[in-house]
Amino acid sequence: MPLIRIRGLARRYQMGADTVHALRGVSLDIERGEYLAIMGPSGSGKSTLMNLLGCLDSPTEGTYELNGKDVARMSDNELADIRNIEIGFVFQSFNLLPRSDALHNVELPLVYAGMPRAERRNRAREALAAVGLGERMHHRPNELSGGQRQRVAIARALVNKPSIILADEPTGNLDSRTGEEILALFDALSRRGNTIIVVTHEEDVAQHARRVVRIRDGNIAADEPTRSAAPAPAEPAPPAAPATAAPPVLSGSSTPSS
Amino acid sequence: MRLHQEVIESARIAWDALRANKLRSGLATLGVVIGIVTVTLMGTAINGVNQAFRQSISSLGADVLFVGRFPWMAFDDWRLYRNRREITLQDAREVQRQLTTASAVSIQANDNGPVVYDHRMARGVWINGNTEQSLVTRGLSIAQGRWFTSSDIDSERPVCVLGSYLAEGFFPHESPIGRKIRINDAQFEIVGVLEKLGNFLGGWNQDNQVAIPVSRFRLDVQPRPDYEVAIKAADPSGLPETIEETRALMRRLRKVEPGRPDDFAINQQDVFVKFFLAFGGTIGAIGLFITGLALVVGGIGIMNIMFVSVAERTREIGVRKALGAKRRAVLVQFLIEAASITLGAGLLGLAIAWPITWAIGRFTSFPASMSWWIIGVALAVSASTGVIAGLIPALRASRMNPVDALRSE
Repeated sequence: MPLIRIRGLARRYQMGADTVHALRGVSLDIERGEYLAIMGPSGSGKSTLMNLLGCLDSPTEGTYELNGKDVARMSDNELADIRNIEIGFVFQSFNLLPRSDALHNVELPLVYAGMPRAERRNRAREALAAVGLGERMHHRPNELSGGQRQRVAIARALVNKPSIILADEPTGNLDSRTGEEILALFDALSRRGNTIIVVTHEEDVAQHARRVVRIRDGNIAADEPTRSAAPAPAEPAPPAAPATAAPPVLSGSSTPSS
Repeated sequence: MRLHQEVIESARIAWDALRANKLRSGLATLGVVIGIVTVTLMGTAINGVNQAFRQSISSLGADVLFVGRFPWMAFDDWRLYRNRREITLQDAREVQRQLTTASAVSIQANDNGPVVYDHRMARGVWINGNTEQSLVTRGLSIAQGRWFTSSDIDSERPVCVLGSYLAEGFFPHESPIGRKIRINDAQFEIVGVLEKLGNFLGGWNQDNQVAIPVSRFRLDVQPRPDYEVAIKAADPSGLPETIEETRALMRRLRKVEPGRPDDFAINQQDVFVKFFLAFGGTIGAIGLFITGLALVVGGIGIMNIMFVSVAERTREIGVRKALGAKRRAVLVQFLIEAASITLGAGLLGLAIAWPITWAIGRFTSFPASMSWWIIGVALAVSASTGVIAGLIPALRASRMNPVDALRSE
């Protein structure tokens, strides 16, 4: 069973008298451990798809099964739980709380999960150490560089051990060198078995993924492996991540794009 | 467990937000501070009046009945009472003789007038005609000398007992016992001095009084006094029986025909209490309402600032929702923020009201004191002002769509 199974997903918005068809019935399967890029020009519907994948929004039509749960018809509060447990967000503009230090920012998802303080702190420390910020836990966002802020955001996305890491233009606010560092971090996370979905309009960024889904006018225009997909099977999957036992590109996800 | 985590997190956010906007939070609290100060002072004032009233009224004795011609508090037409016969000394004596459920019965009449000692005159002295048991029914105690005996009364002896104010005024350096004062044209020998009583209802000085035998009162003060019989019930819990016995006895003595209404009144301190509770309560409620308006204005200020706070932090709300904050978590966050502001304002208000109350109690005769009760109510009111004022902004925040919230600048 795929981690994400989407069938005929559509989202319409009412703008005054007009109906905007942001997404026109998309079907897509994403396996556990995949590293996927969603590309498309602005207005293509890729943000709408990302919002739906991230359970930030509910579809007008269609089904969305995440980890075996039908999330398309869930209430606000149920979706909040799904976001908390299943999804780690990385945003273009980092979206850290400005008045809290790195450690507290990373702790936040665990607060909403109701985890006791001591355990929460340990988990957040580990997550920060994992992104190379073990020394800067008590710095506030304005005391950190852009790359460091994005690392804090990635640590925050990882801390709850979610099923998917959903990154929206993660390098959009970074210079190219720092952007590369962040993408290298995503590559490493992918090798460790995390499922990563990156939404971007930059081809360079998309090429770090193994599969790219191109959206145009609310439909999937193409769904293809990237250049970096070829050497992927050479990477041995670490034993700690059984989800990647089969390299994602070989899992045979041929997705109808209607 | 989860709510507990959320509340701690919310308190932390509230604290951060308040610290980040010190001036704004401070100005926003000003209205609530003023509201809490005025409400607290009003509450203190009401409390003080109540306390003064209870102290004063207790001097009348809860188990003492006063049989007189007129009721103390009458809201009917005066003409109903005007033609009532006076209570005569004979009536009073008979009540004293026949009543079985009383531990003490006294006869009293009073007036105001000047009292003269040597070449000094005290005006407006409360002149009481009393009997030997008045000490008990009036709840008085003797500081020096003695009270009247029944033979003082029966033989119309010209003796008197002074209130402490009068005694100190006339005899600052010597004992008044054995001296003579003059009331109208008669000389009275001082046989005793009363213990200090204080002011009745915070105003009238009860120590500016003199007691003389009721038999002399008729001779030297008023030829036809309106007598009142004071009856102390033998058993305070049997007060209704004493009232019934007194009523039956008085009707018989005054030959009131069956079916006709009483031509006398049996008064108790509780009519004062009822009157006070009814009128004092209404006045107090109006006062609290008016001062409470200041608090409402303060609350509106808080509501306004919370709307600003929610609007400013739309993005933050979006992030929190994306990370798994439910509606409740966002609601609790903003309610706690609002309640923290107003609770802080409440504490500040109390910190201002406390010294004011202390100074009033210290430097004026008004018995102002701040009670724990008022402090508790003030804090509860200030916190709930925050919750009420913060409710609409917090609901707005909690219902935000995460997509829109994240997109906001």
